[in-house]
Parts: sequence; C-alpha cells; structure tokens
Amino acid sequence: MPHPHLFGLGLRKPHYAEFLEAAAPVPVDFVEVISENFMVPGGRPRDILRRVRERHPVALHGVSMSVGSADGVNREYLQRLRALVDAVEPLFVSDHLCWTRFGAFQSHDLLPVPYTEEALRTVCDNVDAAQEALGRTMLIENPSSYIAFDGADMTEWAFLDALCARTGCELLLDVNNVFVSATNHGFDAHAYLAGIPAARVRQIHLAGHSRGETLLIDTHDRPVPDPVWALYAEALERVGPVATMIERDDAIPPLAELLAELDQARAIAALRVAA
Amino acid sequence: MRLAALQADFGRWLQAECPDAATRLGGGAGLDVYLNNYRSQLVAALESSFPQLQRWLGETAFLAAAAQHIDASPPSAWTLDAYGEDFPDTIAALYPDDPECAELARIEWALAAAFTTPDIAPLSVESLGAVDWETARFAFVPNLAMLPVTTNAAALWQSLVDGTVPPAAERLPAPGAVLLWRDGFHPSFRTIEQGEAKAILQLEAGMRFGTLCAALAEEHGEAASAAIVGGWLGAWLRDGLLAALH
Repeated sequence: MPHPHLFGLGLRKPHYAEFLEAAAPVPVDFVEVISENFMVPGGRPRDILRRVRERHPVALHGVSMSVGSADGVNREYLQRLRALVDAVEPLFVSDHLCWTRFGAFQSHDLLPVPYTEEALRTVCDNVDAAQEALGRTMLIENPSSYIAFDGADMTEWAFLDALCARTGCELLLDVNNVFVSATNHGFDAHAYLAGIPAARVRQIHLAGHSRGETLLIDTHDRPVPDPVWALYAEALERVGPVATMIERDDAIPPLAELLAELDQARAIAALRVAA
Repeated sequence: MRLAALQADFGRWLQAECPDAATRLGGGAGLDVYLNNYRSQLVAALESSFPQLQRWLGETAFLAAAAQHIDASPPSAWTLDAYGEDFPDTIAALYPDDPECAELARIEWALAAAFTTPDIAPLSVESLGAVDWETARFAFVPNLAMLPVTTNAAALWQSLVDGTVPPAAERLPAPGAVLLWRDGFHPSFRTIEQGEAKAILQLEAGMRFGTLCAALAEEHGEAASAAIVGGWLGAWLRDGLLAALH
C-alpha cells in the first residue's frame, strides 16, 4: 500500500508565531521538531509543542540517541523520549545513523560509524533497544560524513539495507546527505539510491549545503540546490509517494520562502507520480 | 579498528586534538571539519545561555573563557542545553577579583534553567482558606532557586538586558541572595536580604511557620517581626512561590 504523499517543514523559532497564531494553519501536512528541544519537564517549549500539535501532525526528529555508540543507548534518554512520544503521538520518530556519545563524552555532533559487521551488530542492538523502549518502529536517517574509515566491510547503503532487514526499522532518506557524502567520498549517488531498500523509506529530507576547502559541508543554511532536486526526483521514482520536508537550521529565511521551496517539492513529486 | 577503540580515539581528537588518535582514524581534512563543528557548537551553546555575561565581558574575553571551558569541561549530558552548567565555575576561576562575573553567570544559568522547569500551579491567596499559621509548614514551588550574591550582579544583568548603561560593579553592603523562579512562562528574579533567604531555607527544611515567627519576634520584637514576615509572605504569594501549606 503506498504511503501518503505529505509535505512538511521543520518548526524553527523564527516561525513559531506564524505556526501558532496565524488565522489559518500554515499550509503544510506535518511539521518536524527536534525531539531534544522538547524533552523537558515543562515551560514554554512544551506549551508550544502542544499548540502546534493541535494544528498539525508532528514528526519527532532526534539528534542525541546515538544508535552507533559501542557502549549502548542511554536508557534515561529513551525514557524521556518515550514520554514525549506518548504525549505527542507523532507521525514519525527518527534519529541518525551516527554516534554522539561514548562513555561519559557527548560530542553533540553526528559522528560517522565505520561500515563494518561489528558496527552493524552494535547499531542493530541499539535500534532494537530503542524500538522496544519506544514501543514503535523508528526511522533512521543517513548522515552526511566527512571521513570514511579504512576496513569497511560494506557500503553505507548496504549497511542501511541490512539494518532495516535485521531490526525492522525504516528510513529517513536525506537526499542532500546522499549528495554531500557521495561528493566527499567519491561514491555513486545513483548506486546509493538503487541500493537502499526503497520500500522502507518513509520520509525524505531536503536541504542545502556549502562548499568547504576540500569537502561539501552539510550546513542546512541555504536553499535546496539543483543537483539535490534532481536526486530527489530520482529518489521519488524509486520510493514512490513519501513524506517530504525542507530542513533549514541556519540562516533561516521568512516562512514564505520555505513554503515556496516546499511547493517545488510538491511540483516535482506531482510530475514523478504522473510519469 | 574495533568500534569502541575508534570512538575513544575520536573523543581524544575532539577533546584534545590528539595527533596519534588522528593518525589512527586515518587523518585528513574531514577530521578538521568534525573538530570545528564540535567546538563551534559548544561556543554557540555558551553564547546562547550566557548572552549578558558575553556583553559584560566583551566578545574577545568571552570567547577566551569559552575556549578554556571547552578544553577543561567536555560535554557529558545528552542535551546541549545542559552544556554550561559549570561555566560559572570557569568564570570564577578566571576572574577571582571580579566576583560579579561569576555571579552574573550563575544568575543567567539559573534563569535559563527555570525556563523549562515543571509546570505547577502555585498557591493563590484565595485558596488559602483557614490556615493554622502556628503549625503550618510551607512547601515552596520546586522551580524556586536561590543564589547567594555578594555583588550587584542582579542589577548588572537587568541593565544589560534593558540595554541601559550598566552601573559599576560593586560589593553589596551585606551578602544577600537572588531568588529565581518561573512566573508563567517567564523566568523571574528579585534580590533579597539575608534574613528572607535564611527564612526560606528554614521553612524549606521543614520549620513550622510559628517557630520562625517566634524566633523573629525574639530578634526584632513582636510588631516589627509581624511586619517583616507579613511582607515576605505577601511577596511569596504574589510571586507564586508557595506550592502548598500543610
């Protein structure tokens, strides 16, 4: 059965008033929030989330679960996230294929895992534990990366394919991240899209990146560039209708600009479906 | 390389730019991207939590303090919002002769912490009913915090927020405290004298209200102590600082 073709935006502070107070709800099918910003006991953040949820379906997108940690996932973190999940009844719960914690150290950055059998077993164990604690299937997002480790046993897309098969998790496909990592590491983005399990993709992220001295950097601070739009069109051919959102985290423009970008995603999706 | 060893090495690279760890990880420009992301994100977290301290110290001094803090105190909480809890200690060590700096930092941190404390309905004057004041014990709201102060840091903070020319930093005539809480969704604070701070601590520890009043009457006389305690109680109710009377 095909998934609904939804179009959403990330909820960011400069747009709170428009999302919460405009006479007519902002024309999106869902909003995505950063889970950790709302995993707090109370106060304004929880009130904002409650009010947004009254107007829109909400997807919870995390950055600190650290499913790649060699020493397991943090149980207290999972309990807090479960409480938020129960309160919000989200459309999706997602986090990244990465690690952010090892021992007592928290990097607060999405660090890459090596694509080895050992790492795959660890990530599977952690995703299993998370899905059990949350009582639901998670979406795992492919990361942007700036380093590839020696000794890999498989490609990133083979890793994700095996992860989905072993844990039953689904995928949040970040098309910009595919483009950034393919450019940085010299792999074929088309092979990536062909290699991931298309039926497991439930959500797509679209974003912009910047060019560093030698690497593309996943900065989320500018519009979606043409090569990423092209890759999005190709991804849709493979995965079919799927929830899509524009992800902007820095240099956040007026909401109208993001809605215009979302309209572009709608147009591309309509053309792909018609084709 | 085993996953645990790789992650330990990555941690050494980010925290201490350990060259051996970088070599084992394969080196390359990518490691510098991660290092830059790590440090810039922590600086941004400190800037976000301590905007008035940044104004007071100036950008250069603030960045130097942030760099020192990041080197000495890597993050250990799952939320970036918790990074900076011990930044006031770093400031205190860097500015031992300027205690207003650390006090300013502590006030900013406590106000940020109050922002997401649990939602609770404070006791209203109308809900008081018939209270046996002699035996009553007070429960203050759980999001109430009290910071000892020796300087006019609270006035500095307010002036910096208001955008007015801040007064010169100075010691208070006597040590006092800053009381911080969340009023609706707004973190609030006021400076109190030591007597009120001591009374709050005693009541929080379970002292009966009557016992407190008797002690104050002995110290100040009946009439004066009634005026003092009445003033405190009125302010606690006005500010929504009481959760229950037992």
